[in-house]
Amino acid sequence: MASEAAKEGANRPRLSLHVPEPRSRPGDTADFSYLDLPPAGAQPRPDEACSAAATYPLCNDLIRVLGEDNRTHGPWNPQLSPDAMRQILRQMALVRAFDNRMYRAQRQGKTSFYLKCTGEEATSVAATHALDFEDMIFPSYRQQGCLIAREYPLVEMINQIFSNRADRLMGRQLPILYSARAVNFFTISGNLATQLPQATGFAMASAIRGDCKLAAAWVGEGSTAEGDFHCALTFAAVYNAPTIFNVVNNQWAISSFSGIAGAERATFAARAIGYGIAGLRVDGNDALAVYAAERWAADRARSNHGPTLIEFFTYRVEGHSTSDDPSVYRPAQEGKDWPLGDPIERLRDHLFEIGEWSIEAHEAMDAELDAQVRAASRAAEANGILGHGLHQPDRTMFEDVFETMPWHLKEQSEQAVRERSVKWPD
Amino acid sequence: MAGLDTAPAAEAESEVPERELTMIEAINDALDVMLARDPDVVLLGEDIGYFGGVFRCTAGLQEKHGKTRVFDTPISENGIIGVAVGMGAYGLRPVPEIQFADYIYPGLDQIVSEAARLRYRSAAEYIAPMTIRSPFGGGIFGGQTHSQSPEAIFTHICGLKTVVPSTPYDAKGLLIAAIEDNDPVIFFEPKRIYNGPFDGYYDRPTKSWKGQPGAMVPEGHYTVPLGKARIARAGEALTVLAYGTMVHVAAGVAQEKGVDAEIIDLRTLLPLDIETVEKSVQKTGKCLIVHEATRTSGFGAELSALVTERCFYHLEAPVERVTGFDTPYPHSLEWSYFPGPIRVGEAMDRLLNE
Repeated sequence: MASEAAKEGANRPRLSLHVPEPRSRPGDTADFSYLDLPPAGAQPRPDEACSAAATYPLCNDLIRVLGEDNRTHGPWNPQLSPDAMRQILRQMALVRAFDNRMYRAQRQGKTSFYLKCTGEEATSVAATHALDFEDMIFPSYRQQGCLIAREYPLVEMINQIFSNRADRLMGRQLPILYSARAVNFFTISGNLATQLPQATGFAMASAIRGDCKLAAAWVGEGSTAEGDFHCALTFAAVYNAPTIFNVVNNQWAISSFSGIAGAERATFAARAIGYGIAGLRVDGNDALAVYAAERWAADRARSNHGPTLIEFFTYRVEGHSTSDDPSVYRPAQEGKDWPLGDPIERLRDHLFEIGEWSIEAHEAMDAELDAQVRAASRAAEANGILGHGLHQPDRTMFEDVFETMPWHLKEQSEQAVRERSVKWPD
Repeated sequence: MAGLDTAPAAEAESEVPERELTMIEAINDALDVMLARDPDVVLLGEDIGYFGGVFRCTAGLQEKHGKTRVFDTPISENGIIGVAVGMGAYGLRPVPEIQFADYIYPGLDQIVSEAARLRYRSAAEYIAPMTIRSPFGGGIFGGQTHSQSPEAIFTHICGLKTVVPSTPYDAKGLLIAAIEDNDPVIFFEPKRIYNGPFDGYYDRPTKSWKGQPGAMVPEGHYTVPLGKARIARAGEALTVLAYGTMVHVAAGVAQEKGVDAEIIDLRTLLPLDIETVEKSVQKTGKCLIVHEATRTSGFGAELSALVTERCFYHLEAPVERVTGFDTPYPHSLEWSYFPGPIRVGEAMDRLLNE
């Protein structure tokens, strides 16, 4: 009997489960030799109104503008003015200075948590510059660069990080889970990828109303495995919603390398092919390529040519967060050895190369930014830091659960206020 | 259904013409009124567009209001709720339909972690003014995946309102109130009574809404406020707390047994009209809670706790719960599962004999 033979195994090969494993672990030399990195300028740039299929070769390529010679190359060069490039450079440097200061603040006990974006600054700062201010940003948690690119006050960011009495979110959210409607920045969820279908819905609403606003969402490569990613792209494709999905492939999701999210089989940009939407794969450490790709997608969406999935190929230089120690799962040198370099240094070196920037100017800028962050930090600290006193009245815990407070929350609020008066009679 | 108090709500103008409608027609009417009244209202869901919904609740609405106001979606409850959150953030007032309440679970993260929390986590910068409509409950031979009553999952989530109508009049007024509400509302439609009231006797001829209390529905806009219960039948002997189909089952048993029960149709489970509940139980001293959902950790447990906490010294007997059993909703044994007249009647007897 066939079933008997199967039970015995007969002469069939035994099945084996493949569990992906990164090429290097702690103690190993970082090995990036497997990466196929094409030269800058070699990638064709289709028209924004092209068929989605015309972009599919680019899903397995890598759009690059800045070459090893620190010069711009090829059709994706966005031709930004030196002023525009200096502004992006400055904001990327400000993000880094801010990250360093806030990381220290966490270590000093001023807050519970922080999360840097070192090495990924271009994917938020340069991309935001390619959008209109009215376009809604649906961020994940590593897009502080979007806020800084939209010139959101640093003090407001730090107030939130410190959960202090000036925190506009009333200390309700984990540090860095900002909300900033004033600059069209959506409230960040702690749950991953939930912002993606929301971005699609926002873009659909804009189209239903006949408005001109886009939605641009950011997500890590690890979170593309969530169901939300699938339904967001399905809906965006079905309704041709003016949405840009930015996948920041920084190689690591806490301790899981990108292979655990499927990177061994296909690029993340290539997910676009299955949905029939445009897809681009971009050197995420090349600010000019990032800008150009995002601008291409924005122009495409704004002219009713539909959504685009962009993979920014980059590297998470630091740990996942202040709660993470990457030295236990990857070689310490990996970040330094990343073959696509550092986004700030690459744009700086380009400006040097074309004679629009100098070492002196750069050092002066860094000092100025450091002072700016210090001043903002001091100003925020005057409003309190986490754990030093209770910064919000207890009743605020019960507000905004509903528009108007129902009876059961009023009762609970009275109890909380009473408990505080028992603990602190004054 | 004799015994149901049907005084028209005060909000309805007496000059407004009324028609006798089924609950399906009343829901369709509410959606029609809101689509015409507010350009921000959009309807989305599986099969709701051209086809008009598997229960016909959206019939004719796409043709009348256009494809960008009423449209079909991919089979993705996760996506339906997720895009509705984004639409609400934009400023629209989406009314997503989940074809059966049993299918709502893939959308749960978007409901629980997103829609229900948006106002709170953003300090009201962003809100989710959506009404999620979904038929729920059994009694139509739907088996375990077309019969569930998951309301307690949603009453447990802070930031959501949960509403269940029991008549066409209430269905329209509550649905309009839900759509106009700025918080996310779960609107569960008891599908067993879509086409007529049901007293629990599945072996008797089905009734239509024709000539039934609560079937006269005013034209145009009116609301039944959220958070307000309705005394479906005034009485002195005991208080029954029910919603949806079970209001009719309880009323049928009271009528048949000649029990002077005060039947409270909760209409909104959260926020609960605690005043009406307290007043009634303090008057009658006895409380029977009836729901179709499974028993353990069901909404009846919350009601029982509230009544015990607030009316303990007025109680003359332990609070009784009549519910579905703690099993999946079976197909062939549907009527053994359903908390019908025998189960309700025995509980009334126990309370009255105390």
